[in-house]
Amino acid sequence: MMKRIVAVAVAALAMTTSWAQAQEVKVGVNLPYTGIGAEFAQLVDRGMELYLKLNADKVRPYKITLIKRDVKDPGGANAKIAVQELLTQDNVDILAGWIYSPNAIASAPIVTAGKKLAVIMNAGTAQITNMSPYYVRTSFSMWHAGYALGEAAAKLLNAKTAVVGYTDFPPGKDSLAAFKKSFEGTGGKVIDEIPMGGAGAVPDFTPFFQRAKDKKPDVFFVFVPAGDHAAAVVKTYAALGMREAGIKLIGPGDITQDTKLQAMGAAAVGLITMHHYHADLDNPENKRFVEAWKKEYGATTTPDFMAVGGYDGMAAIVHVVQTLKGKIGVEQALEALKGWKFASPRGPISIDPVTRDIVMNEYLSEAVMKDGRVFQKVIGKIDAVKDACKEQKIGPCAPK
Amino acid sequence: MIFGVDVASMLLGGVAAGMVLFIVSVGLSVTMGLMGFVNLAHGGFAMLGGYAIALAMKHWGLGFVPALVFGFVVTAAASVLLERLLYARLYRATELDQVLFTIGLVFMMIASVTLLIGPENQPLALPAILQGQINLGITQYRTYSVVLIVVGIVIVSGLWLGFERTQIGAQIRAAVDNRRMAESLGINIARLFTITFAFGSGMAALGGGLGAEFLGLDPQYALKYLVYFLIVVAVGGLGRVTGVFYAALLIGVLDFVLKKYVPQGGTAFIYALTILLLLWRPQGLFSAKVT
Amino acid sequence: MTPPQAGWADHPAALALAGRHRVRVWEPIPWVLALTFYFAFPKHLGFGTELLVTILFAISLDLVLGYAGIVTLGHAAFFGAGAYTVGMLAKHGIWNEPITGLILAAVVAAAVGLGSGLVLLRTHGLTLLMLTLCTMALLEEAANLAHDYTGGFDGLDSLPIAPLFGVFEFNPLYPKTQYLYVLTVLFVCFVFVRTLVYSPFGQSLTGIRENMLRMHAVGAPVRGRLVLCYALSAAIAGVAGGIWAQANAYVNLGTLGLDRAATVLIILVLGGYGRLYGAFIGAVAYMVLSHFLSKIYPTAWQLGLGLLLVVIALFARNGILGIAEAAVRRLRTPHATL
Repeated sequence: MMKRIVAVAVAALAMTTSWAQAQEVKVGVNLPYTGIGAEFAQLVDRGMELYLKLNADKVRPYKITLIKRDVKDPGGANAKIAVQELLTQDNVDILAGWIYSPNAIASAPIVTAGKKLAVIMNAGTAQITNMSPYYVRTSFSMWHAGYALGEAAAKLLNAKTAVVGYTDFPPGKDSLAAFKKSFEGTGGKVIDEIPMGGAGAVPDFTPFFQRAKDKKPDVFFVFVPAGDHAAAVVKTYAALGMREAGIKLIGPGDITQDTKLQAMGAAAVGLITMHHYHADLDNPENKRFVEAWKKEYGATTTPDFMAVGGYDGMAAIVHVVQTLKGKIGVEQALEALKGWKFASPRGPISIDPVTRDIVMNEYLSEAVMKDGRVFQKVIGKIDAVKDACKEQKIGPCAPK
Repeated sequence: MIFGVDVASMLLGGVAAGMVLFIVSVGLSVTMGLMGFVNLAHGGFAMLGGYAIALAMKHWGLGFVPALVFGFVVTAAASVLLERLLYARLYRATELDQVLFTIGLVFMMIASVTLLIGPENQPLALPAILQGQINLGITQYRTYSVVLIVVGIVIVSGLWLGFERTQIGAQIRAAVDNRRMAESLGINIARLFTITFAFGSGMAALGGGLGAEFLGLDPQYALKYLVYFLIVVAVGGLGRVTGVFYAALLIGVLDFVLKKYVPQGGTAFIYALTILLLLWRPQGLFSAKVT
Repeated sequence: MTPPQAGWADHPAALALAGRHRVRVWEPIPWVLALTFYFAFPKHLGFGTELLVTILFAISLDLVLGYAGIVTLGHAAFFGAGAYTVGMLAKHGIWNEPITGLILAAVVAAAVGLGSGLVLLRTHGLTLLMLTLCTMALLEEAANLAHDYTGGFDGLDSLPIAPLFGVFEFNPLYPKTQYLYVLTVLFVCFVFVRTLVYSPFGQSLTGIRENMLRMHAVGAPVRGRLVLCYALSAAIAGVAGGIWAQANAYVNLGTLGLDRAATVLIILVLGGYGRLYGAFIGAVAYMVLSHFLSKIYPTAWQLGLGLLLVVIALFARNGILGIAEAAVRRLRTPHATL
């Protein structure tokens, strides 16, 4: 009780001094809290909040206030207004969020004009970080998993031929390009490329998968956006008997997103994915993270790679706040993040000082049945993977 | 032989997709034909029904078939309530007011489900017997697709019989063809509409549950597939059970074939096709009615 | 058609028309408010600009929906056509002067309107609704497929729009220039539409809406008028799309989407269609509610909007302006002249 009174007194004192101004750091968060992306927004949001809750001691003496804005859709326009208002009305010190790549692309000129640190917590189109010098990404690029998987498919899975099925929007095309580049660079051959509808609605995958099956490849690489597409992919794969036909289904971890995996049940067994995170990763940080998550949000919930994007993004923000002692200048913030290292639930991560993109491990995992649930067993690991698109200056990542 | 297998698998896939379209859309077609009511909330009833089915299976452990019956009954009952309380006030309103009203209703359905249950996809696990593959002699195929085709045929036969052979069916046909004449003959159109509305919503619920395997089930379902349902109704002609059936099969199969052989075209074909069909036959391909 | 008789301007109908055409005392109010907004809320100009563009788009829809009685779910086709015209010309380094860019946007959108109108306006009811919807969806899909030119799903970003009159830059963070520019264009377009609907042409549109058979019977070229109206409306929607692309320096598939088409329809009906100012009232009511409610209660916003639509459809069929008019009429019942 005494402690609280003292705390209140200190707080009251603080209010009266200009020193208090340095205490609060306003973080403007833009996420699609309504509409088709609401589920993803919740994951990222919970990831951020959980970091703040678990690491209250690391935040002190500063106070981080999250100002949340709904961007509704991937249309770009709403996100742009949200970011603009966070900058001009709320005078935020740091920007964060971005589920959808088009929103990050649309916001880029505003972020540049606003001169504030902007932490991307999900959007994965490779070249986004080139579009504004203030973008820093704590999530992933489509090339991280796609490129790594192309190599692994040829070397570890001994695949000679592959068919690629992808959702027909930029991350899908990115993923196709990344996989193809490394798979064919390692001696494989992509024998068919099938665009499988847009990202807006889950299509009936049967015709696309039928086409893939007819081509008889060794592996069928599928990229679909995280969310509801994956369950339909797994169902269709099983229902068309592609496993029995000897075709392995592989892809980035979007097809085994933790939040969707258990509902897929036995149909998911045998899927091989490459990704930077899943909830079954075996490291102390992740154990702590998953346990805290279930305690906070319910035993039936699970974090996933989106939640980790929010969690690590908030860790990066807290690091900046501490390093700069609450006074956030954008150049200093970027300086503080370049080369920043963190023990994330996904393993060790760092920010590439050149590209401001994340450097992290990629895990090759296979879905197996264990204790009555689908478990993702790690069967291979590549350390410290950088975004190959920017590393090798390919296509859209090449400087203009 | 390979060619035969190809054609067979294509037909099976396309027809199964068409059956789902048919089951959801048939109610929309009949109610629109009967009252000229533009009901954009029809997809919402399919969504609500799908949820009722999925949740009954998840929480009460109901089997798939009892859950389907449950979904049908609950959705039909809910729709009667809405129809009597709200829809009935707008029968003589303009098309625009009806569009506005039903869009508002869809928004409320989506938001309510999001608030009460959550924005995420509802998994609807099929019984083991319906999963996997079945040997059809000429080819192996997805068991559930075959089941859907059989179910669809049973439903369309039942509806056809009901339409052509029962008193109420005759009344509906008469009212679709000429409402004023039917009214002056003493047919109670309002009552007829309530019945068909309830039945159509129940069918939509069935479609929501049966189609969840292909189309998934989340709050946005109510709007996501609405355009497809409307295309089927417009192409099939208003108030025609058989018209909707043929249109659903046509759209289902063409969509399937085009996606398989020209996936680069995306959804463009289906829209282009609809435009051409509707310009050729503005009243729908299978409508005898000329106005 | 017979040429107008000599002295037709003295005809009672013509006088009535001229009387309705008169500027009423309250008509400058929205424009004064819009200017006040500029000075009062310098931090909200991004929102303000979006609002003005929405009003312009809603006015274009009012022309076809409110005056000609064409119920369409595909009006974003023209908004998108205008936006992509400006966007593609600027991005590929062909043309980036704003005002001429808008004229080009209007021409392209009008061409799309004329072409589709000639074909589609033979139908009505559900068929017309579906045809407009599918035409728009087809354009959206085409824009998605022509990735190399349109940027596909990502759209075209950072459009290099030239400064207005070579002087006024479009600042992305503080869109002062954009706001005044859009306000001016809105005013010009509004005066055009206002003149149009009170002209004999506009009156004949209302006649078609009210009783198409009679208009056929009096020998009015019904189809031709409808198609012309559709094309004019498309041109204005194209200007709205073009100016949206310029103000945001950005264009993407959302400009052609069903979301946009449905929203503008809701806005217009909310405000009251066939009334010119319904577009203003509806856009302000909808955008302000959406903007603030969705900040506070993101999920509940959709529920509230749905409820509002249902209530309007059931009890207030003429929208907010309709309610206001009824109230005014009741106040002055003794000398009601409307």
